[in-house]
This record gives sequence, C-alpha cells and structure tokens, in this order.
Amino acid sequence: MDIATQSIDGGFAEPVFNAQAVFRAIMDAMARPGTVQNLPQLARPPAPLSATAGAVALSLCDNDTPVWLDSPLQAEAAVKAWLGFHTGAPSANTPADAHFALIANPKEMAALDGFAQGTQEYPDRSTTLILLVDDLASGPSLLLEGPGIEKTSMIAPPGMPRHFVEQWKQNNQRFPRGVDIILAAPGHLACLPRTTRIKTMEA
Amino acid sequence: MTAQPTEIATYNFAYLDEQTKRMIRRAILKGIAIPGYQVPFASREMPMPYGWGTGGVQVTASIIGPDDVLKVIDQGADDTTNAVSIRAFFKKVAKVVVTTDTATATIIQTRHRIPEHPLTAGQVLVFQVPIPEPLRFLEPRETETRKMHALEEYGLMHVKLYEDIARHGRIATTYAYPVKVEGRYVMDPSPTPKFDNPKMHRSPALQLFGAGREKRIYAVPPFTDVVSLDFEDHPFEVQTFDQPCALCGAENVYLDEVILDDHGGHMFVCSDTDHCEKRRADGHHGHLAPETHLASEKTEPAE
Repeated sequence: MDIATQSIDGGFAEPVFNAQAVFRAIMDAMARPGTVQNLPQLARPPAPLSATAGAVALSLCDNDTPVWLDSPLQAEAAVKAWLGFHTGAPSANTPADAHFALIANPKEMAALDGFAQGTQEYPDRSTTLILLVDDLASGPSLLLEGPGIEKTSMIAPPGMPRHFVEQWKQNNQRFPRGVDIILAAPGHLACLPRTTRIKTMEA
Repeated sequence: MTAQPTEIATYNFAYLDEQTKRMIRRAILKGIAIPGYQVPFASREMPMPYGWGTGGVQVTASIIGPDDVLKVIDQGADDTTNAVSIRAFFKKVAKVVVTTDTATATIIQTRHRIPEHPLTAGQVLVFQVPIPEPLRFLEPRETETRKMHALEEYGLMHVKLYEDIARHGRIATTYAYPVKVEGRYVMDPSPTPKFDNPKMHRSPALQLFGAGREKRIYAVPPFTDVVSLDFEDHPFEVQTFDQPCALCGAENVYLDEVILDDHGGHMFVCSDTDHCEKRRADGHHGHLAPETHLASEKTEPAE
C-alpha cells in the first residue's frame, strides 16, 4: 500500500462518537490515575503507531497542537502522513514546542524535563506525553498515590523511560509545572497526571 | 446525517463543533492534572446568554456521549427555568436520557448546589461558574491574580477573612467560600453555599467547573483534598438550621426560605427537590406538607 492510501485509511469510523468515547476513557483515566480503561480498536494507524495511541491522537490533536514524534515514528513517513491527514496537527520542531508527544520507544526517549513544562503562571502550557507500551501489567510495579486515588493504586507498564521513578519524582517537584503521561497499551490506556506520586516498591 | 424536514437546523451531536470540543477536552484534561488551577479556554457563544451557565453547558457538551444520563439542577431544584431549559437543550441536541434522580445520573450539571444524595465514583458533577477567580474582588487585575497563584501568595484572602472576623466577630462569607485544593491552589467553589464545601472534600465523583464568560475551566479530581480556609480560633463551620424541612422533615440538609403570604408567613424547605420528593415518597413528611392530611388518611387505616 502506498503512503497516500495508508494515510487516508484507518481514521475513526464515526468521528464524533469515537472521539467522545476515547476522550471519556482518557478523562476517566486522568481523573483516576492507575485505573486501566478499556478501549476497543477504533483507529488503524500505520505501524509503529499503535491503535490506542492513534485513537488518542485523533481525539485530542488538531491544527492548534504541535505534535512531536520520537525517532522510530519520525522515521516512518506514513505515520506523519496519517497524523497530518486525520488531525491536521503540525509537527513540533523540538520537544519543548510540543503540546503532545508520541513516543513509540519510551525506553530510549529524551528526558522528561526536555519537554514543555508550562510556566508558573500558565502550568497548562506543557506537553502531554503519549507513551506506547506493550501492556500495563508485565513491567516493574508502580505504586501510585495522589489526587484521584482513594488510597493507592498500581500499574506495571514495561519498557518505561530510563530512571523513570527518579525522573517522575523530579516532575512532581516541579508542580504546578510538569508533564502528564498517557500510557497507550493495546486495548487499554492509563494516565499519570503530574500530581500522581510513585511510591517506590523495592524492599 | 439526513436533515428531517421538520428540523429547523441540523447541529453536530451536542451542539458544539468537533474542534471546539477537542479544545475544551484538552482544557479539561489539564484542569484534572492541575487540580484547582484555572485553565484558560476559548469559550464559545452559546444559544443562551452569559450568566445562564454557558461554561457548564460547554463542559457538559464536550464530555457527554449518547449513553450518558443527564441531570441538571439550579440551586438544587430540577424544575426551575435554568435547569429545565438546559435539560431540554441537551435532550434536543444530544438526544440523551435525562433524569431528575441523582443516583442514576452519570453527568450532573449544577448551578450552585451539590446534591444531598452522596455521589458515587463514575459520576461527573459540572458546575456553572460566574466568577472563577477567588481573588478577583480583592485584586481586579488578571496579571496580578495570576502572579499570586503562581507564587502561592494567598495572604490577601486570609486578610479578607480576618476582616470579616474583625467586623462581624465571625467569618461572614456564606457562599463561594474559598477553598484550598490539594494544599496548593486557592479555588472558588462557585457560589455554592458553604454548606456544600465539605462534600467537595475527597468526593468520589469528578468535579468540573466551567466559566463561560470568564473563559476558564478548572477541576477537582475524585479523592482530592478540598479544605475551606479558616483560622485555628475561628474554624470553618457550615450553616445549621433551627428547623427541619417543612415538607419532608429532613434535617442536616440545606434549606431555602419560601415566602407564603404577605403577612410574613414563610417556611423552610429542602433546596434539593429530588431529595425532598424521594423522602416524601418514602413517607417522611414535615409540618407543612400538603399531602400530610391525605397521606396520613391513606396510611393510618393500616395501622
């Protein structure tokens, strides 16, 4: 299939209702960090962009939101063409310009503090990171607490960024500035807003 | 979508266009991630005047889906003009199921009350907010209030509450009582009576706030600390009422005063009409309940 066909195919079948369903899953996941929301396959983006991450991008990105792609996604012209056709989102020149960042390989990603953190006056002007993960249960356990969590909750995404727990602690300390994370796994998603604290599990 | 000849116009689902919804949805997510922070958003004109809940309507329109069940209250009542017209609006533009029952609603849009019936996880409470900035009447400049929030400089608010005490002997603020969210942002809980402030604290429901004219959205996620500002020697306390609801006899609920005649006659009734009706259906009645007579006649023979 050539790039032109690939980029036109695979959008939402019902743009209005699918976007709403995906948004509600993200909203519930953001409001209750650590809970895993189910998401049926609604988008079929070209690899290596996953169906879940593609659906998140379709429901949140448009011509107002520069999107930054990590190198595996950047290398795939079809991904850029697909995002461009379906969302109209411009690509961000640097991570610090991005409203959203799609990360296919979180293990090798740039440091969290390289993305837009917002300012003390406008902490909302920060990057939301969409990390593609294989699942939400097979990696090292992250015990979570903070707003949206009654006592504690737990997720275990594999292949997270290097020194993630330490990087996330620094992200917490920058509050109200900081980045938020959407974890996109096949069929599921979960969120880590900047308020969520990770309690270390070792020992 | 095929336009029926009877329809005057064909709108997108839930009235707003998709790009507007995306913009509001992004603001909502930022609001949830930064509890109590007012996220600026590009508020649209709605087919109702500012002050009628355009902020709440835009938030509701952006989150609502065909499976949602919507309840709208105005000062606790399901049957006042604002509530009826917003409910009718969504029935028409989103074709959703509407209800007055607090427990079955998935989205509750509210003007200045939190229902008496405890909310549950999964419910979303959408507040209509007139002035989102709690510091606005103390400092009119947006540039300054923004800096005050950035620096967490809330001394002025405490001075205002202290001046209340100096003048009246107590904190005289009874509605829009300022709260601190998760120990960081001072937030206006919208002009709800301070009676409802404790219900915001660690509520299992998600609370979203929309201010249409002022173009701000903010949020309180579930299980988030919402603490009313006070002083050690003047702790925060809610209103209490001397008498129970005149219709359903409920105590520890928020009551409205209703004038009965022009000779000073009045009664106090539940502001939450759904709560009041449910209690009366369950057989509770106050001293002025109209059906008291009938109800007792109907039920007494059984005893």
